[in-house]
Amino acid sequence: MTVEELFDQQAAEVERQNALENRIYCCTAAGCVSCGSEAVRKAIGEEIKSQGLTGKVEVCGTGCMGLCSKGPLVRTSKDDALYGGVDVSNAAALVSAPETLAPLRIDTSAPFFIKQKKIVLGNSGRVDPEKIMDYIAAGGYQALARACTELGPAGTLDEVKKSGLRGRGGAGYPTGLKWELVARQPGDVKYVVCNADEGDPGAFMDRSVLEGDPHRVLEGMAIAAYAVGAQQGYIYVRGEYALAIQRLQLAIRQAERERLLGNRILDSAFQFRVDLRIGAGAFVCGEETALLASIEGRRGQPRPRPPYPPEAGLWGKPTLINNVETFANIPPLIQNGGEWFASTGTATSKGTKVFALAGKIANTGLIEVPMGTPLREILFDIGGGVPGGLEFKAAQTGGPSGGCIPAEFLDTPVDYESLARIGSIMGSGGLIVMDSSSCMVDVARFFMEFCMDESCGKCIPCRAGTVQMHDILLRMTKGEASSRDMAILEELCTLLRETSLCGLGQTAPNPVVSTLRYFRPEYEMHIRDHRCPAGLCEMKGNEGGAR
Amino acid sequence: MSVVTLEIDGKVCTGVSGETVFDVAWNNGVKIPRLCHIGGLPNIGACRLCLVEVEGQKKLLPACITPVQEGMVVRTWSEKLIAHRRLIVELLFAERNHVCSVCVVNRNCELQDLAVELGLDHIRLRYQFPKLVADTSHERFGLDHNRCVLCTRCVRVCDEVEGAHTWDVSRRGALSQIIADLGEPWGESDTCTSCGKCVQVCPTGALFEKGKAVSEMRKDRGFLKYIVTAREKGQWIR
Amino acid sequence: MSRHHYSGDALIEVLHTAQELYGFLSPGLLKSIARKLRLPPSRVLGVATFYHFFSLKPKGEHTFVVCLGTACYVAGAPNVLTALEHRSTKAGTTTADGKVSVDGARCIGSCGLAPAVIYNGRILARVTPESISKELDRIGVE
Ligand SMILES: Cc1cc2nc3c(=O)[nH]c(=O)nc-3n(C[C@H](O)[C@H](O)[C@H](O)COP(=O)(O)O)c2cc1C
Ligand code: SF4
Ligand code: SF4
Ligand code: FES
Ligand code: FES
Repeated sequence: MTVEELFDQQAAEVERQNALENRIYCCTAAGCVSCGSEAVRKAIGEEIKSQGLTGKVEVCGTGCMGLCSKGPLVRTSKDDALYGGVDVSNAAALVSAPETLAPLRIDTSAPFFIKQKKIVLGNSGRVDPEKIMDYIAAGGYQALARACTELGPAGTLDEVKKSGLRGRGGAGYPTGLKWELVARQPGDVKYVVCNADEGDPGAFMDRSVLEGDPHRVLEGMAIAAYAVGAQQGYIYVRGEYALAIQRLQLAIRQAERERLLGNRILDSAFQFRVDLRIGAGAFVCGEETALLASIEGRRGQPRPRPPYPPEAGLWGKPTLINNVETFANIPPLIQNGGEWFASTGTATSKGTKVFALAGKIANTGLIEVPMGTPLREILFDIGGGVPGGLEFKAAQTGGPSGGCIPAEFLDTPVDYESLARIGSIMGSGGLIVMDSSSCMVDVARFFMEFCMDESCGKCIPCRAGTVQMHDILLRMTKGEASSRDMAILEELCTLLRETSLCGLGQTAPNPVVSTLRYFRPEYEMHIRDHRCPAGLCEMKGNEGGAR
Repeated sequence: MSVVTLEIDGKVCTGVSGETVFDVAWNNGVKIPRLCHIGGLPNIGACRLCLVEVEGQKKLLPACITPVQEGMVVRTWSEKLIAHRRLIVELLFAERNHVCSVCVVNRNCELQDLAVELGLDHIRLRYQFPKLVADTSHERFGLDHNRCVLCTRCVRVCDEVEGAHTWDVSRRGALSQIIADLGEPWGESDTCTSCGKCVQVCPTGALFEKGKAVSEMRKDRGFLKYIVTAREKGQWIR
Repeated sequence: MSRHHYSGDALIEVLHTAQELYGFLSPGLLKSIARKLRLPPSRVLGVATFYHFFSLKPKGEHTFVVCLGTACYVAGAPNVLTALEHRSTKAGTTTADGKVSVDGARCIGSCGLAPAVIYNGRILARVTPESISKELDRIGVE
């Protein structure tokens, strides 16, 4: 479609939606589906028919509405309210008289809602991810139009640079600089790759974005391609994410049909195709050079950098790799300008960050907060604190590359530098809360087991080092380790950090280092007294313990 | 091709742009330890034994894939580097079952040489004792997985020089293993040309010639350079 | 395949498709894939064994994939796996009668539902050793 048609279609769809008596949004993301939201949605559909309201009331499925622990969630436009814990028996009321369901109504002025700021998740739960018109009605693809008609490639790049956006995949590299590196490379064959491998075990932000708002990621990629001069894009999605894959495939087809992807995008000379590549169960493929190897159909093993992908990436060509959330930030950023984006966040970390709250926390689910929000606010005001009467012990960020943050640092603002200072990392956004029933030595063992299983095996420090570290930690949890083992463990930490080939091996010691830093006495108790303070580890000559 | 001057361990060295720190160091008599590197094959920077300190760089850099730069100041031996290299070699000894006293390349093995060079006299790590086998199905050669350090020299030489790509690596991490074709016994491989190049480049006794007694086998490491120079430059020098 | 630069690029996609069609990757299948893509057989096996998604053995009639990601770990997934293994078979294997396959996974992206298990492709939420045991009873595992 042309730019004019895009705006016309938006206006028409908005008008159509406003004319409806009621539009019912049913959360059909994984959390709600598992507590029966598909049945609710079907029942609402039937109810609309039997009440003879077809054409006046409409039901649609949406991405995650955030409060997964209160599912199934339903939003009704008639009274602009959110209902939780609904079941099929509520269908009739939801269609014509939602106000009668007051007891199920969720108070959206609670801290869980008002302390959040939704940029990336702005559409999640508000548009039907399977309908491109829903996305267009919400202003979708207008940022791409702005880039192509108003800003030009250099202007688009400028906005991204001005915004101060940093990569959300973990390392936090400035996105504008990365784009510029690729844009500056000579040659007409360049690639844009979206890293949707989301391997951090305990994180599901990217999954939710892809399932709930796939067009936003496509639009972000198209803008990037326009700015750096690429014509081909790839999205590398985890094989486990079947629904995300299905929705992306559908979204790509729809966007191609509307000429928002493919040839002559928005009736201009710009062309950009996007293809999916499905991962096959290897965490290390989130590492950019391993990801490229995997797209090329090889074993997903990293290679030393430099050269970095912007110089030599896919098939040796300049390649831009960004994370899902990074791309999802692009459309609003371009739409409203870099300065608008930079007005949220801290001096060095701009914008918002999506976190997946999980573990021992009341409100498990997906949240988005401005950078710099203190951890305490995220965990207690928004997350609702630790349920079950046990005490907060640690928050884990950054997954197997991150660290455990103890209670004394709960007031740390969440930004790249502050988290690094206390020995963790921002990571991709997994935030897992542990209470006093978690044993920190076993947590370290758990992550080391993960790294051992996921090591690609190319370099010796990581391949053999993770095995030795896991061996030591395992013996600690069994009360069989000595203080000599502890010294070797620490030596191995340094070795892996300083000599491993890729980020997996270099950061594999982080969970050990951070738990040693804050919970050393717990290690000592395991070694010296053969005692697990959390009562989790089964020690020799010591009964009790959950396993 | 321009001449590059740099400092390696306090010594002023010259090389040509495009050469690696590793090659320039060796040409100037500074022997940086290595395991995955072998002259004539593409470098992969995997064993991490050749890591060196470069002034102005926070990270240690693998000499075998780092190109020389004018004015570079390189240190190839320091307490830290030695500690790292020792621990890496320790890791290798503990990873599989290296019983030198019954090995055909005993005293002619690059892994042993490394241990000696680094003054490693005992292993502090727990031996993992993986259950591995030896494949002796080939009529002239054998592959003993117990002695493999997964340097992939054999894979690369077979692919890049011989062009057969009989070998590859299966699985990953500590479970990685060298495989022939679809994991069949080597003797049944229909891609293997029995050229023996892999046997010669293997740094340990993992790939060996049959019929040799303990300590009897010497590996020919010069042949590779000979072939590659001949192919690239049309010069036959041994 | 023709849209790709080299035929080898398509290897992982072809393996995905083959596994979808045949359930697992038999040696014969791998051999014919190698031949069709003109790749050395060892490279095909190397790739097929690198990725945990690919299975070289047939799966059981019922498959249980226990998530062992962080959120599920914190919520007690190891106990679920132990209970499951105790009554059927070790993770990564299939019972001798081909009835049940057990596997571990690293985060299936349903951390809000921890501990999560994928049972015959469906996600089970907040699984306990008891609930998994009940499911085994239901499908007639002794
Ligand atoms: C072991 C390892 C795993 C990684 N996994 C992911 C991942 O799952 N998703 C992701 O976006 N980035 C991941 N990364 C980071 C990527 O290498 C890369 O930095 C990122 O995709 C760049 O995008 P960004 O600049 O938008 O953050 C991983 C890095 C390492 C070392
Ligand atoms: S650090 Fe680990 S994952 Fe990375 S290249 Fe080395 S072995 Fe592979
Ligand atoms: S068999 Fe020899 S050459 Fe091949 S990977 Fe093992 S140690 Fe290296
Ligand atoms: S010789 Fe350089 S990394 Fe192995
Ligand atoms: S940790 Fe189990 S679903 Fe994420």
